Amino acid sequence: MSSRDSILAAVRANKPATSPVPAVPLFERASRPLLDQFQEALVSMGGKLAPHSVGDVDTLLRSLFPDACVICSATSELRGTLPLDGATEPAALADVDVGVVRAAFGVAETGSVWLSEEELKVNALAYLTQHLLVLLDPTQIVGNLHEAYRDERFRSARYAVLVTGPSATADIEGVLVHGAQGVRSLTVAMVPRPAASRAT
Amino acid sequence: MRPIDHAEASSHFIEAKAHLEFHDRRLWDLRMKRDRQAHGIPEWEELRNLASAIKEHTLSHLDEYLEQFEAQARKNGAHVHWARDAGEHNQVVYDILSAHGAKTLVKSKSMLTEECDMRPYLEKRDIEVIETDLGERIQQLDDEPPSHIVVPAVHKLRGDVSQVFARTIGSEPGNNDVHYLAEAMRRNTRPYFLKAEAGMTGANFAVAENGSFVVCTNEGNADLSANVPKLHIACIGIEKIIPKLEHLAVFIRMLSRSALGSPITQYTSHFHAPRPGTELHIVLVDNGRSQRLGMKDFWYSLKCIRCGACMNTCPVYRRSGGLSYGATYSGPIGIIIDPAFDLRKYSTLPYASTLNGSCTNVCPVKINIHEQIYKWRQVMAERNQLPLVKKEAIRVIGKVMSEPRLYRAAISAAGLAFEHLPRFAIYNWLNPWGRQREVPEPPKQSFRSWYIENRRPR
Repeated sequence: MSSRDSILAAVRANKPATSPVPAVPLFERASRPLLDQFQEALVSMGGKLAPHSVGDVDTLLRSLFPDACVICSATSELRGTLPLDGATEPAALADVDVGVVRAAFGVAETGSVWLSEEELKVNALAYLTQHLLVLLDPTQIVGNLHEAYRDERFRSARYAVLVTGPSATADIEGVLVHGAQGVRSLTVAMVPRPAASRAT
Repeated sequence: MRPIDHAEASSHFIEAKAHLEFHDRRLWDLRMKRDRQAHGIPEWEELRNLASAIKEHTLSHLDEYLEQFEAQARKNGAHVHWARDAGEHNQVVYDILSAHGAKTLVKSKSMLTEECDMRPYLEKRDIEVIETDLGERIQQLDDEPPSHIVVPAVHKLRGDVSQVFARTIGSEPGNNDVHYLAEAMRRNTRPYFLKAEAGMTGANFAVAENGSFVVCTNEGNADLSANVPKLHIACIGIEKIIPKLEHLAVFIRMLSRSALGSPITQYTSHFHAPRPGTELHIVLVDNGRSQRLGMKDFWYSLKCIRCGACMNTCPVYRRSGGLSYGATYSGPIGIIIDPAFDLRKYSTLPYASTLNGSCTNVCPVKINIHEQIYKWRQVMAERNQLPLVKKEAIRVIGKVMSEPRLYRAAISAAGLAFEHLPRFAIYNWLNPWGRQREVPEPPKQSFRSWYIENRRPR
């Protein structure tokens, strides 16, 4: 018998008596504005909020990262110094100072932003760059994870990630360090999605 | 094989005072952070009930959900392999690597690959394996297993890490700055991410309905391991299956809150299909799980989502350290899993508990951990796995407790004895209680004699 069949046979022979599957509610509750919740949760997870009203994305980027040399953008709203498309080798992103990406949506409960290969073009952009700037439309925030997991994009994406703050570790004496293996900082800028890209 | 002597191993841990004190405080801090998160969610107890019910449902239909997961994953373009035990798992992984000519493997933390002892197996076959979680890498470089399933090097202080890094990756000797040490690790690991031909992750959950699996990390090291090399191997225990995406929400909401007291891990990553031009291999591993599924009292342990909350709250774990359990899984969850792997080797572990029930109370999937620990003690007694001193003591206690007059005589004699006996008669090898701690002062009066004096109806 193949390993597959012998494992399944053993499971079949040993499984406990049938128990029913419960329905999972959405646990929605009317509360504070989602944007406030999102921002608080993001900051508590070590993420940063870009200051409001700095002008366009390009000006914002320059004000946040004045020393950045290599900038790689996955959104058409900003032109980086390093071009990016689906064929870019992940390792080519090793020297990028700042990556820029627009998130599909945010989750207020946890301060997370949702990214997939659609947004990132090359998944490693979210990890190999030193810093990550994420654009988020403030109207695209859901309340909690129950609502987030009902989003159909979870079903179509090859790879999807809820990113919450920068790469972090507290593995040595519980001391929090940002930039463990991935990005050293993560900044979310509340920028409405431009009308043109909404259509695509 | 001789059974693991947990008490003996802990005595070494306890000797290092600074380590013991830090370990106890750090894990209790995690427990308190967990409490704050749990109390911040009104539906917390409802989530625990849901999580438990979803897991029990899935385990009672596990064969169907495994088949569904496999079919969906294949449809997504992943290769699915099955492994009955650790040996077969290691063989399967090696075969995939060698078919791709892979010589370097970057991997994120996986208790399953620890369980299978995969690293030495691959290293013997000339595969370089790089752990990329900071804590796990520290343990790899120090040639020690992880001492905690979430924070693998929690038993080490910064000075220990500094020594390990100076010896192995050339960090500055004597530099104990935590940020410096973490940066040294980052710089050492980065080139491996860029050159490795293969990456490996475990999985926290596998979703049957669409054949995807989820990995939760704070460092983003699983995403680097999976998203840079052209080959991704994911090793998944068969009990990690859940039916649907909507069920994921329940577990993701509780996992990091229970583990570290944060609302979510920094990265919650969903792997559904391979990137174009790359390969995704999933290895579904049994290694004793299907047998445990058939154990009437113990199958509930398969609900575990490996958050470590039971370890952080356990007074015995916090004061004995994970390595003293001599097993892949330590702490309360380890006590109820390990004996299923090897009854004799882990026969003393069920006694590394005060049965206080705190583990059960913090468990996000409501495993009756302390009841299972008690049941394992019964199994050990029935299978004649008790050490002689314990067996004799239990026989005498049983006799004394069953006869009130004997009990009263023994209690007053014991009180007198503790007051008057010389230290060596109390603190000796027959009394493990007296090791590393003072025996509490006996009360001046027993409850019964107090009651007769004060409350007895006259």
